[in-house]
Amino acid sequence: MTITLERPMVRRKESPAPQANGGQYAIETNGLNIYYGAFHAVRNVEMKVARRKITAMIGPSGCGKSTVLRCFNRMNDLIPSARIEGEVLFQGENIYADYVDSVEVRRRIGMVFQKANPFPKSIYDNVAWGARINGFKGNVDNMVERSLRGAALWDEVKDKLQQSALGLSGGQQQRLCIARAIAVEPEIILMDEPASALDPIATLRIEDLMQELAKDYTIIVVTHNMQQAARVSDFTAFFSVDEQRTGHMVEFGPTDQIFTNPSDQRTEDYITGRFG
Amino acid sequence: MPRVVFVRELGFLQDEILALGSMVSQALGESVIALGERNAAKAQELIQRDQEVNRKRYAIEGDCLRLMATQQPMAGDLRLLASVLEITTELERIGDYAKGIGRIILLVGPEPLMKPLVDIPLMCEQVLKMLDRALDAFIHQDADAARAIAAEDDLVDDLYNKIYRDIIGFLVEKPQLFDRANYLLWAAHNLERAGDRTVNICERVLFNVTGQMTELDVT
Repeated sequence: MTITLERPMVRRKESPAPQANGGQYAIETNGLNIYYGAFHAVRNVEMKVARRKITAMIGPSGCGKSTVLRCFNRMNDLIPSARIEGEVLFQGENIYADYVDSVEVRRRIGMVFQKANPFPKSIYDNVAWGARINGFKGNVDNMVERSLRGAALWDEVKDKLQQSALGLSGGQQQRLCIARAIAVEPEIILMDEPASALDPIATLRIEDLMQELAKDYTIIVVTHNMQQAARVSDFTAFFSVDEQRTGHMVEFGPTDQIFTNPSDQRTEDYITGRFG
Repeated sequence: MPRVVFVRELGFLQDEILALGSMVSQALGESVIALGERNAAKAQELIQRDQEVNRKRYAIEGDCLRLMATQQPMAGDLRLLASVLEITTELERIGDYAKGIGRIILLVGPEPLMKPLVDIPLMCEQVLKMLDRALDAFIHQDADAARAIAAEDDLVDDLYNKIYRDIIGFLVEKPQLFDRANYLLWAAHNLERAGDRTVNICERVLFNVTGQMTELDVT
């Protein structure tokens, strides 16, 4: 699979010229603060997400990790009271700049949710739909097969592509959603608790799939399952909350280091079960 | 196969154990040859090379701890990692015995040995045979082979006892050669300990395969 990483952002006419350097990182945040109305949900996140690696975000409930994840493809735009300060750079460009089309952002930065949410349509249509409405001009059959293979689902569904996606198991439905996400050839895939509704075997299949996908895509995953973050990710960000219930990033580093020798005592307390 | 990356990492760790085993096996064999030749340059080289052994040992330990912390190994995977931690320590100590013989060579100097080396090379050959097969048993999870190899340590002990008796007998006749006799006894003792370490490796192979902590050197 060939993914072009340096496509410029789709812009309106008045936008500035694209940067020559597409940015060293897949995502880079500068002074990111997130508010829901008057509530300061997350403060001062400085995060550099490496390309074609898996970055996990862990932390106790309410620490803001899902909120930050949703900022990475402007999903928080859909919440009326949500606003952000600071920058989220995608390939060196601020995705919150006035000239950026948020729909294009979400096409380039796909998302997979906690609960598999296939459309009540055939397996084939679930994969083909997103690409079609994005003006896909190539061979749809090939694209569907490529996406299902990429999601490690093809062998299980190739003989029943016209059957309803709702007849698949939970794990298969989640992999179908991953196939749907990669069908539009995003550069980044955001995953919000992608395996928390699955049994242990289906969970491991999703984790194996994530590691396979990381050869072509940047993956950022939020998980309550600390062991999953340890097993699957290259980098881990630990988030916590302060007394005002504002989330913040405590530590961010290589997963090996976070789980064997974290720098911050709060991280140590969390991953050893002394806190949270 | 599920958990492809983890399985690959476990395989890599086993390869690293083989590589470490090969390093110390080579060093021990060379040390005894160098002793026969009183080869000071080779002795210096062996002492230096032990640092590479130590570095690899720490790297393997680091990988083990990383996998334990991040991959939640269970059952056979957990036993494998626990065994690797022990085996890497045993191998590193065998490397130390090779380095120790290197130091003995420097102490002996260029003078002829008090007697030609006959039994010490035999001891070394036996230990190396056991060590190579023990590592093979580890890779192939062969409990029967591990038990059989451990039993062969009696041959090493018998040779050591023979060397001990010979040297004591020699000293009765020529007590002025005490230091030089003592050096040879140290070298033999290092090989005897290398045999014991190899038995420990066999015990870890047994643990890896059966889950039972078994002491094989009960004589």
